[in-house]
Amino acid sequence: MISKEGPGLALFELDRLSVEISTPNGVIRPVDDVSWSVEAGQTTALVGESGSGKSVTALAAMGLLPSPPVRITSGAILFRGVDLRSLDPEALRRVRGAKIAMVFQEPMTSLNPVRSIGHQLTEHMRLHLSLGKADARARAIELLRRVGIAEPGERLAQYPHHLSGGMRQRVMIAIALACDPELIIADEPTTALDVTIQEQILELLRELTERAGVGLVLITHNLGIVARYAHRVNVMYGGRIVEQGEAHELYANPRHPYTVALLDSVPRLDRAKGALLSPIPGSPPDPGDAVAGCRFRPRCGFALEACAAQPPPLEIDARGHGAACFNTAAVLSRAEMHGEPRLHPA
Amino acid sequence: MSAAAAGTGATVPLVRVERLRVHFPLRRGLLFERTVGHIKAVDDISFDIAPGETFGLVGESGCGKTTVARALLKLVPASSGSISFDGTDIADLDAQQTRFFRRRVQSVFQDPFSSLNPRLRVHEIVGEPLVIHRALRGRELRARVERLLETCGLPASFASRFPHEMSGGQRQRVGIARALALEPDLIVCDEAVSALDVSIQAQIINLLSRLQSELGLTYLFIGHDLSVVRHLCDRVGVMYLGRLVEVASAEALFAAPRHPYTRALIEAVPVPDPVLERQRDHKPLPGEIPSPLSPPAGCVFHPRCPLAVERCRAEVPALRTIDAGLVACTEVHRAPPTSSRPGARPGSIPAP
Repeated sequence: MISKEGPGLALFELDRLSVEISTPNGVIRPVDDVSWSVEAGQTTALVGESGSGKSVTALAAMGLLPSPPVRITSGAILFRGVDLRSLDPEALRRVRGAKIAMVFQEPMTSLNPVRSIGHQLTEHMRLHLSLGKADARARAIELLRRVGIAEPGERLAQYPHHLSGGMRQRVMIAIALACDPELIIADEPTTALDVTIQEQILELLRELTERAGVGLVLITHNLGIVARYAHRVNVMYGGRIVEQGEAHELYANPRHPYTVALLDSVPRLDRAKGALLSPIPGSPPDPGDAVAGCRFRPRCGFALEACAAQPPPLEIDARGHGAACFNTAAVLSRAEMHGEPRLHPA
Repeated sequence: MSAAAAGTGATVPLVRVERLRVHFPLRRGLLFERTVGHIKAVDDISFDIAPGETFGLVGESGCGKTTVARALLKLVPASSGSISFDGTDIADLDAQQTRFFRRRVQSVFQDPFSSLNPRLRVHEIVGEPLVIHRALRGRELRARVERLLETCGLPASFASRFPHEMSGGQRQRVGIARALALEPDLIVCDEAVSALDVSIQAQIINLLSRLQSELGLTYLFIGHDLSVVRHLCDRVGVMYLGRLVEVASAEALFAAPRHPYTRALIEAVPVPDPVLERQRDHKPLPGEIPSPLSPPAGCVFHPRCPLAVERCRAEVPALRTIDAGLVACTEVHRAPPTSSRPGARPGSIPAP
């Protein structure tokens, strides 16, 4: 299932996507002009804090947002070059669930409590792959074995409440894999899990990208997970991508003040107890607040006058790295001066 | 020697937990209820907390760390063993002494969205302990509340707000202000920064550090995020399925973990550095935490342990002093000498 096209044509691509929600208090734009792509066999991360728009982006990409009140106002969602927004519901259904699968954050709530594991696993297999009962069952057992579940035959008759959180997330992944998807979108797949289980699940997803050539979109707030698993990284803030680049490049030379500040503010396991952390002052913006200009400006140590007028565009260079900031030069020279990224003037 | 004596040197501990067990009975039947077994939430745990120290308890869900905190707050009784606070067993306190104890020991909880009463304004939330324990009223109360808010980095004007008018970080500051109201000696922080966004988490971590140095507070810090625990704690205890498997200074524990579970736990955490992470090659710890209803015989960790031998299935390993720490494992000498994490030095433990 390795991509049949040559390198360069993305497996999945969001092109300038914007999403609006109508509320009694006016229109909110949780996703604003967002573009990213993922190649077959690669992992693209969307990283950001709550309210940054990373989950809404994923739901929009899957066409899972309720409309109304949510509306995709512009942009394209391209799977192998075909805009999913142009497909009729029947054609969309053939892609979604079969070619594109989603793993959600809460394995406790995203499985149906009154259906057996076997039923939930075989349901869309029979729909999308037109398998008979016995074939679907055999495939379900094979899938459970593949995601590391012992005694898969017995598990089929069990219900979600029989399983631990880690097991349920494995079942979710098995369901996602049921129709041999080419793309998996995983929204905080391990946030509810313990660290040793988190690692098992992430290694499993990594193996799928490397062995089966699946493209993976990994949505997380954890900068360590991004560093370990992602090839490309999109840092989101206030509904926009503020920085985009290859993981190595972005961590080594962050260009947006928010990325710099974020990397600076997390305590690290490989650093001894030391001085105080450098937190980012203030709090993330509420999606409902109207802010002209750059949404990070109220918390930014590098803000210029221009930042208040309009949001800076995301300009990507030849190496695929870019930041949406008018003052990148100052961010970079400051980082050079100090040897390592520092945001706040002493 | 009890395990508690090690690690803190000559100072008199503020908290001494000795051979603590908290077992919850499992009951069956409606009319003739009978006890069919026990969940050993906490099983034979000992540690000390010195005045001014931050002691961390880490472990995965169900390991018993929160039950230890609840026992220490006198919210659940010990099944056996003892907890002494400032030299007195808290089980022996009479009603009046218990009230005094509750003033001196306060707590900060995980979720600032559900741990504040949504119907009360901030000045009522923070002022409530002052009204009950100090009988403060009127202007005096208001002034004290505003000073507490300012100590926690909130403007005094927040006193008239409701919890829903504040962000998660601000709510957690209110929770901390309330905990400080009675000038406690010990604050139990149960996952106090876990629910916060990354950029806010650093603010609260710094606030906790600053309050400790300004007010001489002692913390019991319970967490599952090892990076945060390393940053905040002086000494750390690692729990697994109700038992303490390792206790050491944070420095030694993270630089050179000895117990195979501690090692697995530390190695499971990715650090925000792609270069270091891509160099690292190790296998995730297999299996899952067994049910506390039927814990494995012998060492509770043996079904997942890479070092397990026959005797681990039969014998419960006691905490033994190894270098400067305590480790409940008889096979540590067989651990591979190198860790996958660059910078970690399992072979050498720095002098305390």
